[in-house]
Amino acid sequence: MASIAVVGTPNSGKSTLFNRLTGLRQRIGNYPGVTVERHVGILGVAERRIELVDLPGTYGLSPHSIEERVTVDAVFGRLDGQPPPDGFLAIFDASNPYQSLYLVQQLLELRLPTLVAITMSDAAEAAGVGVDVDALSSCLGGVPVFPVLATTGKGVARLKAALSELHTQTAADPVEAWPELTAAVRPLAAASGVSEAKLGRALLDQHTALSREVDADLSESQKLELAEARTALLAGEPPLALEARRRYAWVREALASIQQSGARHLGVATRVSQFFNRPWPGTLGLFVVMFLVFQAVFAWATPFMDAIDGAASAAVAWTHGRLGDGALASLLADGVIAGVGSVVIFLPQILILFLFVIVLEDSGYLARAAYLMDRVMRSVGLSGQSIIPMISSFACAIPGIMATRVIPNRRDRIATILAAPFMTCSARLPVYALLIGAFVPQQKLGFLNLQGLVLFGLYVFGIVMGILTAFMIRKTALTGPRPAFALMLPEFRRPNLRTVLMQLLGRAGVFLQRAGTVIFAVAVVVWALSYFPRLDAADTERFMQQAALTTAAAGAPADEETQAALENRLAAVQLEQSYLGRAGKFVEPVFAPLGWDWRVSAAVIAGFPAREVVVAVLGTVYAVGDDADEATLAGRLKASTWPDGRPVFTLPMVIGLLIFYAMCLQCAATIAVIRRETNSWRWPVFAWGYMTALGYSGALLAFQLGS
Amino acid sequence: MISSIQGLDPPTLRLMSLGLVEGAVVELAGCAIGGDPMEFRLFGACISLRREQALKFLTSPAGSGG
Repeated sequence: MASIAVVGTPNSGKSTLFNRLTGLRQRIGNYPGVTVERHVGILGVAERRIELVDLPGTYGLSPHSIEERVTVDAVFGRLDGQPPPDGFLAIFDASNPYQSLYLVQQLLELRLPTLVAITMSDAAEAAGVGVDVDALSSCLGGVPVFPVLATTGKGVARLKAALSELHTQTAADPVEAWPELTAAVRPLAAASGVSEAKLGRALLDQHTALSREVDADLSESQKLELAEARTALLAGEPPLALEARRRYAWVREALASIQQSGARHLGVATRVSQFFNRPWPGTLGLFVVMFLVFQAVFAWATPFMDAIDGAASAAVAWTHGRLGDGALASLLADGVIAGVGSVVIFLPQILILFLFVIVLEDSGYLARAAYLMDRVMRSVGLSGQSIIPMISSFACAIPGIMATRVIPNRRDRIATILAAPFMTCSARLPVYALLIGAFVPQQKLGFLNLQGLVLFGLYVFGIVMGILTAFMIRKTALTGPRPAFALMLPEFRRPNLRTVLMQLLGRAGVFLQRAGTVIFAVAVVVWALSYFPRLDAADTERFMQQAALTTAAAGAPADEETQAALENRLAAVQLEQSYLGRAGKFVEPVFAPLGWDWRVSAAVIAGFPAREVVVAVLGTVYAVGDDADEATLAGRLKASTWPDGRPVFTLPMVIGLLIFYAMCLQCAATIAVIRRETNSWRWPVFAWGYMTALGYSGALLAFQLGS
Repeated sequence: MISSIQGLDPPTLRLMSLGLVEGAVVELAGCAIGGDPMEFRLFGACISLRREQALKFLTSPAGSGG
């Protein structure tokens, strides 16, 4: 099957077009060795099927980041596990013709069959610049050009048809933007058989993987020849500077011939953009937006969560009603349904949060946030670029840590990676939501919801601790000069509904998959640990007799109600002497200074591989025992007591527990991704130890000062 | 219009490969609180730079900024 690479600048509408072209026939994977997402889609039918690879956006063929390196390597056909492309779909962003031409022209020099798709024509026309399609084609040496509107699908069918036959075409002769470069390597290309394009890059970028590969193909004298050609061409100038000057000079000339200027009409988007360009409205707007997002997460999700909760409780009752109280019924009802249900209930909140993060990113607002916050971030030794990974970490630290790859400075990048897990991720949300829902009154403060306010406070707490951590790291272990900051700011645009929905579905899928596998498994294991070993008949008999004696001594009649209470107390004794109870009791002394009983301790221990499991474990642990009369988990937590009748969940203890969850690095996947991204065990081990110590001492402080 | 560039350190080289070269027309489009970082328009694209970096790009009257 022929493989076509999609290449374009970041934010050029490349991924929207890719989604349009391939629809749901795509897979998302990883490039081997690096954690850059690999999007591959299938196009066409039968023998005309081709593979379309959506490469990360880049501004040129001289890479400046890991993602750009993946693109450049893939373009030159030297990426592991990826066949060399048979052709290119080059994206020409009509709203950014300057940088688009620079990239597309370089791509054409590779002499592979290429199609050019013009995207963003609507945005360009609104800004008063149109693109002359024929002039673009002729200034690029006659390459086929297809105007498309990815938002409506206009022109996509024609592009599809042309794509499925692209690999049978021959490449057009490229226009020369920098003839001296090609001339400098032409004799060597003829002698060695290495392509002019590769030699040209090897001449400009020394010490890259590509130039090493080229070196390996050259004889000693040819290497010398390349070095001489380099010295002669550059004449002492830095290669990047010379390349940019020469190629952009060509781009400016070409631009004059392809641009048609029209009337600039100020659309709503432009006006919004202009308003947020002013310093104070922009910064205030950012805070209002973030605040509204967190209010919405709580307010909008409540009806859906109530519905899921009701369905889960009904399913538990129904299962017990049909199957009785045996081991199998208990496994299904108290293990599987209660455990998984207590996590799935947070799906609405997580989806709403992801929806906002995706929409903010797609509309170009996140980049603007980075720009607005640069000064603040600089004062703590980071740059505005650290903002995007941190905001992504509110959804999940893993994509957040992966997003740090846009940060070119290594020290900045590691400091940001260490700060990212402090951001309140969607897995912390279940724990927060449970505790806040149970212990913070549902009250209005003016138009604000008190629960939403506490949640917002926890988010702020995470941000402050993350930034402090980065600051300390930057002042101690990772000192160094202040890095540079340059950021392309995409124009505000209406997010594409299809793209948003596809990303949202993907996220929901990942969450449900986790709930169906990891959390399911943990729920079953925890159920088994809490169900076995069973009290033997003699023990039960002894307990019942003792209880009957106590009841008789109190002079109470042995009616049905006391019988039910007795059975519940029996279940509590059973739980306490189960494996889980014993483990919880074993670690209880460690957590006793924090005010936690053995049940909370057991849940926390079970949550170290994945923190959202805690809610599932609490759901299982509290589904049996003497608080089981309460219908909801929140109600059961409130009702739980120490043996002497004092409530376990006091205010200082709950605050401590919240602090513990805000700080602790209870996520094996995050530890793995830190290891992969920093390429050492040093940082993940440090992050885990540091965050656990911080969580424990915070909870200790809250409980001891509060009690 | 950018007329000359002072000091070709790596961050400046990166900016040059984004298109900030001699002859490019730049227009100051806005700034964050305190006037730093600044936002420039470059043939329709928006790019934001810190003041200290923007100062390396000297401009002639055809445009503003730098």
